[in-house]
Amino acid sequence: MIPEIGHFALILALSLAVCQGVLPLIGAYRNDAAMMSVARPAALGQLVFVMISFGCLTWSFLQSDFSVLYVANHSQLALPTIYKISAVWGAHEGSLLLWVLLLAGWTVAVSRYSSDLPDSFAARVIGVLGLLSCGFLLFTLLTSNPFERLIPAPMDGADLNPLLQDPGLAIHPPILYAGYVGFSVAFAFAIAAMLAGNLDQAWARWTRPWTTWAWLFLTIGIALGSWWAYYELGWGGWWFWDPVENASFMPWLAGTALIHSLAVTEKRGLFKSWTLLLAITAFSLSLLGTFLVRSGILISVHAFATDPGRGLFILGFLGVTIGGALTLYAWRAPGLDSDAGFRGFSRETFLLLNNVLLVIATALILAGTLAPLIVEVFEAGKISVGPPWFEIAFAIPMLPLVLLIGVGMHTAWRSQAFKPLFDQLKFPALFAIVAGILIPIVAYGRFGLLLSVGVTAGIWIMVVSLIHPVRSWRRAPGTPGMTRGVLGMSVAHFGVGMFVIGVTIVSAFTEEIDISVRQGESVSVAGYDFELRSLRNVEGPNYQAVEGEIDIRKDGEFVGQLRPQKRTYLVQQSPMTEAGIEASWNRDLFVALGDPLGNDAWSLRVQYKPMIRFIWMGAFVMALGGMIAASDRRYRLTAKAKEKATRLSGEPA
Amino acid sequence: MMRYLAPLVVFAIMIPVFMVGLKRDPTMLPSPFLDKPAPEFELPKLKDLSQTVSNKDYAGQVALVNVWATWCVGCRQEHEFLIRLSQENPLPIYGLNWRDRREDGLAWLQQLGDPYVASGYDADGRAGIDWGVYGAPETFLISKDGRVLYKHLGPLNRVIWEREFVPKIAADHGATP
Amino acid sequence: MKKLLLVIALLAASPLLFAIDTGKAFDDPVLQARYETIISEVRCLKCQNQTIKDSNAFLAGDLRREIRRMLAEGKTDDEIYDFLVVRYGEFALYRPRMSGKTLILWIAPGLFILLGGIVAIRVVRKRMSMPIDDDDEIEPNQAAS
Repeated sequence: MIPEIGHFALILALSLAVCQGVLPLIGAYRNDAAMMSVARPAALGQLVFVMISFGCLTWSFLQSDFSVLYVANHSQLALPTIYKISAVWGAHEGSLLLWVLLLAGWTVAVSRYSSDLPDSFAARVIGVLGLLSCGFLLFTLLTSNPFERLIPAPMDGADLNPLLQDPGLAIHPPILYAGYVGFSVAFAFAIAAMLAGNLDQAWARWTRPWTTWAWLFLTIGIALGSWWAYYELGWGGWWFWDPVENASFMPWLAGTALIHSLAVTEKRGLFKSWTLLLAITAFSLSLLGTFLVRSGILISVHAFATDPGRGLFILGFLGVTIGGALTLYAWRAPGLDSDAGFRGFSRETFLLLNNVLLVIATALILAGTLAPLIVEVFEAGKISVGPPWFEIAFAIPMLPLVLLIGVGMHTAWRSQAFKPLFDQLKFPALFAIVAGILIPIVAYGRFGLLLSVGVTAGIWIMVVSLIHPVRSWRRAPGTPGMTRGVLGMSVAHFGVGMFVIGVTIVSAFTEEIDISVRQGESVSVAGYDFELRSLRNVEGPNYQAVEGEIDIRKDGEFVGQLRPQKRTYLVQQSPMTEAGIEASWNRDLFVALGDPLGNDAWSLRVQYKPMIRFIWMGAFVMALGGMIAASDRRYRLTAKAKEKATRLSGEPA
Repeated sequence: MMRYLAPLVVFAIMIPVFMVGLKRDPTMLPSPFLDKPAPEFELPKLKDLSQTVSNKDYAGQVALVNVWATWCVGCRQEHEFLIRLSQENPLPIYGLNWRDRREDGLAWLQQLGDPYVASGYDADGRAGIDWGVYGAPETFLISKDGRVLYKHLGPLNRVIWEREFVPKIAADHGATP
Repeated sequence: MKKLLLVIALLAASPLLFAIDTGKAFDDPVLQARYETIISEVRCLKCQNQTIKDSNAFLAGDLRREIRRMLAEGKTDDEIYDFLVVRYGEFALYRPRMSGKTLILWIAPGLFILLGGIVAIRVVRKRMSMPIDDDDEIEPNQAAS
């Protein structure tokens, strides 16, 4: 019964989404207040029914209702409760429902926090989001119904993929999807502006916080994914340029460019059509990612098991949505920009360079990801494009970018005099260069040119990001301090610096060894001694495992104990490795059990990963900066702001 | 004006590429030996290690080379078809017992029947690598002059045999005087 | 004890018997470095997007063994890559080799930078000649952001 309620709730949600999508848009066109006023209630109603549907699916999992095909395929009686819940989004159908839920959630958030927008504009935004919901709900109901029944129901389910039985599944997809879906808000704002035929600085101010929130969710989501892959997959890698990883990274890059472009549009009324294009592109890349992952068109460890029929539907949806948006763009974009100018050395120029470099990076990753597909479609054979190419291609635009970040942050709008800026930055620059040369040598015993450049860049960004906050902290009482916008920017850029340091150091100084070890024997890596004290078998709720007990010492001092496991999950009979990680802010010690080699010996992979935590900590700091910036006073609603908004857009409230 | 249309045009070009892409299976690796001389091999016979079986044994004939192993589920599925095929005898079938334990391989043939003229025992997978094998079962169709006419990945069955193999065998017989 | 044996038996029976190599493949650090680079650039064709360095599959282990053999025999990196390409096609290499179809991929970064640079220069030059004294809509406090 419950699954049928869930199914029916989705159908109701769809009908509400249709109302929400169609009526407000017609209403805005005709200036019909009654039709426009359908938007917010319809959005709320849709959310309620999607939540009911999601709740029904969750209930089915908690009750282990194997008469539901999706539950039977991805759960098991002995599955721990937390995984029964996360299994809801552990595969295609359920994760799609999660997407629909988040889209409905963002829409209600927009409808709740949009009282400072003119009614017709808000109606258009909610309307566009409603149309997007229609598309996804249709896709779910027609091709990917999570409530399909399996009669007769099996006694036990096929278990959740062991790789997903981890807390990572509980948090990574929801946050990542929140980011993906969040970019639909910027997309809707862009479409609304194009439909109204009008885009001004107020529009940029409205769009910015929504974009920043979506961006920061995506930042955290990607970082969590990287971290999860690192400790779960057992091989110590944190990024593989896998097509699905790239599918999440491209919207992030476009979103970062969008945030910066919005700054110029808000401040000077420039780059308007470019900002529109970026807003369309960021969400389009999200949709493209959905397509790549769910259509079976590319090989990836992340790809959902699915079929080309679904791929065709998504492709159609993509075609209509992106094609429609780009057509609107071709029609409305010309002639938007004002006649404002800026000098060669100005913040506008640096933000322009930021955008150019980020877009180049995005385009390169897209090219590398799609190249194998294109080559094959043109019958020119089958090639692979992997990390060796991506690392070089990505580094090329990124290197100038990370160096320019430090300068751009402190450059004035319109025109910046060179000498004062140089005086302000010369000592941080010198410090960074010296640190970049010395740190690798002193801390890790080696020098390398590229490596030093990376460390220099990271330290450079971190130091200059502190200039604004320190100056504000040391200001004379009574003088205005910095805004949250500036603080957020400083924090976010500081995070970028941390990230750059982490990536550079771990790439250059990782040490690893694959070795056969017997009980009682020790192996030494990077000055740490790893002793395999014992091996014993343990039982988990739905698996059996061999667990190693490993003591780590440095110079005789005890550092930590690890318990890596080699698990065999009972239902799927698949083996899995749970690495043991001894973590610290400046290094990880990583041990994974390989296989039994006979004679009481096991193969072990032991790794020393210096500064790897900075990669994810840097990302979280970036996201924190985004949160701070998005909560800036000027985005919050005041009557004054609302008045100004209506005045600027020339419409009655 | 043009530059505002450019994004739409670029996007429009990508759509048909994706549509064609959807029809393929990305895990299927076409054999690099297609229409080229088939790899050579010389392996001890599974049933009698003192003797060898090699590609010379089927030189001048159209032949089938089937890669199999006892631990492979798909091999078990296709085995009955191979037995029937060997009874119909349209062409000789040679086996490559890949990465298997000899006792297991022998027991398998004993219990389920032996469709092969001979099976080579490739314990360490070296021959498999030379043939570009990356999983079992795989079946190669070799022409009379020793080229690879077709490679099939996965279990063989009647439908695939009729659709892919029979026409190519006929063509090869017809082609040479 | 029985369960330990069961687990070991299951693991042994699965195609993971010849898993990650044990110990350094070569004493010579140059050969070892070449080996590690090569195996991190070759695809495990059986897997869903992994290198043969990180994969447990039969094929991965076999290919690593062959590569070690070839390195020990003194073959060059190119000869080893050729060996793999003859048998498995270009698909086996994660670093696309220079050829007609991949050339565009390798010149793309430089090309894009060039195009981006041209665009940036044109935009900046256009704006340099335009007036910079326009109204801000934003309160004075916001000047720095």
